[in-house]
Amino acid sequence: MTRARKNSQGVVERSLASFVSALEHTFYAEELAKKNGVLQKLDPRVKIAAILPLIVIAALARRLWVIAVLFAIAVGVAMLSNVPLGTMAKRVWLGVFTFTGLISLPALFLTPGQAIYTLPLLGWIVTAQGLRAATYLIMRAETAATFSVLLVLCSPWSNLLKAFRVLRLPIVLVVMLGMTYRYIFLLLRNAHDMFTSRKSRMVGRLDGREQRRAATASAGVLISKTLQLSGDVYSAMRSRGFQGEVYVLDEFRTGWFDWVMLAACVTLATLAFWFGR
Amino acid sequence: MHIPDGYLSASTCAVLYGAAVPFWYVAFARVKRLLNTRLVPLLAVVSAFCFVIMMFNVPLPGGTTGHAVGVGAATVVLGPWASMLSVSIALLIQAVFFGDGGITTLGANCFNMAIVGSLVAHLVYRAVAGRTAITSSRRVWAAASAGYAAINVAALFTACELGIQPVFFKDASGAPLYAPYALHIAIPAMMLGHLSFAGLAELFVSGGVVAYLQRTNPALLGQNASAGTDDAARPPAATTGWRITRPLWSRLALLMLLTPLGILAAGRAWGEWGAKDFSDPKVRQQITAASGNIAPPSQEPQGLARLSSLWSAPFPQYAPRFVRRPAFGYVMSAVFGSGLILGFFLVIAWIAGTRGAEASKTST
Repeated sequence: MTRARKNSQGVVERSLASFVSALEHTFYAEELAKKNGVLQKLDPRVKIAAILPLIVIAALARRLWVIAVLFAIAVGVAMLSNVPLGTMAKRVWLGVFTFTGLISLPALFLTPGQAIYTLPLLGWIVTAQGLRAATYLIMRAETAATFSVLLVLCSPWSNLLKAFRVLRLPIVLVVMLGMTYRYIFLLLRNAHDMFTSRKSRMVGRLDGREQRRAATASAGVLISKTLQLSGDVYSAMRSRGFQGEVYVLDEFRTGWFDWVMLAACVTLATLAFWFGR
Repeated sequence: MHIPDGYLSASTCAVLYGAAVPFWYVAFARVKRLLNTRLVPLLAVVSAFCFVIMMFNVPLPGGTTGHAVGVGAATVVLGPWASMLSVSIALLIQAVFFGDGGITTLGANCFNMAIVGSLVAHLVYRAVAGRTAITSSRRVWAAASAGYAAINVAALFTACELGIQPVFFKDASGAPLYAPYALHIAIPAMMLGHLSFAGLAELFVSGGVVAYLQRTNPALLGQNASAGTDDAARPPAATTGWRITRPLWSRLALLMLLTPLGILAAGRAWGEWGAKDFSDPKVRQQITAASGNIAPPSQEPQGLARLSSLWSAPFPQYAPRFVRRPAFGYVMSAVFGSGLILGFFLVIAWIAGTRGAEASKTST
């Protein structure tokens, strides 16, 4: 009972921690995006066009050494972009390794194939195929996550969203993504304020049922505020002359360095595709 | 439930992106028609809401906590099409900026959670809520069961996608290249967690949001995606009845006319052999060629012979016995099959309508 109470009492704090962690992640990314590095210098459109194929090739490759080379290149690019490897290890590699490692652990014993080791006491048999399957999964997940994080950490997010136009997304969707990104922070602050005020008024311990009511009522308040906000935003847009057409300022410029990097990444992706077949 | 990069093969990812695109297209067109200039701010802000709601910790029985996707609540308040788009945008932002779910697997995640989740939530909510009053407690149960069903069906889809990977994608040594567990492991592993805990988080959030809105702002529950527009004033039949399904009827008719295209395909579909095919030398050749030059057994399998005589279809090979031209038989079969399905749903709708009318009479 006390354990359950302790856990349920931490729900407000845990939700607050989630909100703060999301905000911290964003601020950290904005700081890194200002640094002077290889990826930071690139036009965001080129960055997307160069890195997305590498993520896809990491998913396609059927040879471990090709995925390992792609991972090594991702680490090299992180170093050239002044992204601290310690932070990458803590924020990305360890998390992915723990999650995917836990998921792939039973595969060592469950995948049929050639036995290479028997666990003492338990007698469980590790197969060569199981080990390869787990290695494939972990390497792919680590490589794709590293490239994705590099894409996000080395560009201001608003620029990156605008650069999605390079994928031929409809312009209205690009504008919506930009607005969604902006209002995420407003709603995160609203949710944070709601939970902080709840916490400041709590003097005793609420049982699980009461905590659940509080959490779902907060969700209800937030959805009411959201719909109210959408009405307000719409009125504000109308008052500034919005009639349904959307425009995006195209302030990106592509230089010789962008083209060189794009060519290098496309060549790399082609080679990885060829050798990874 | 958010599948990371590397768990699904590139071809599975491509197929699921392909499967999601028509739904996004239709959802976008329908929501745009309903909302017109309101589309951009409403979807942007609601997508932000879906993102934030995924960060809420919900206490569950037993002292543990869970996260909800919010698809049940979004579907009840916005309708399935707007919910589909909002949850997809939230998943895109999660994948790109917060690393929750992969970029190559985004299509799969959107298909499972946003598309399948919204459609299941909508169907369950409509079926359970019927035509009860907006403030009826049955709507709370309807929303709760909609959220629970949506998340569990989405989890089942996810498990199936993960479970087919080791069947189709292996390296030369036989090691699985992607998610390593077959369906018989993936489905129970995924469903146990969702039926017991993750589903409950969605159940509490969906039911709780509807219960809260019934007390504080019941108008929001009666508007769906047209909230705040002139369409909100229209009776539901005007926006959900025959008018909206009209384009689907013409597409259904076109598909019926195109059914004879199947005749163009030569030979039998792999695995769809009949008992007699095993003694037909021509078909045996086809089976051998289609099975990597492995010849089928010389006699028909006993089980196949025994079970195939249990039921003889009224329209074998999509052609009733009295029809001479196979193309005409295909079209007739399509009309008959579609008619049966439509008839079945019309009966269900009639029963639901009668019950709903009785319920509203007693409530007034």
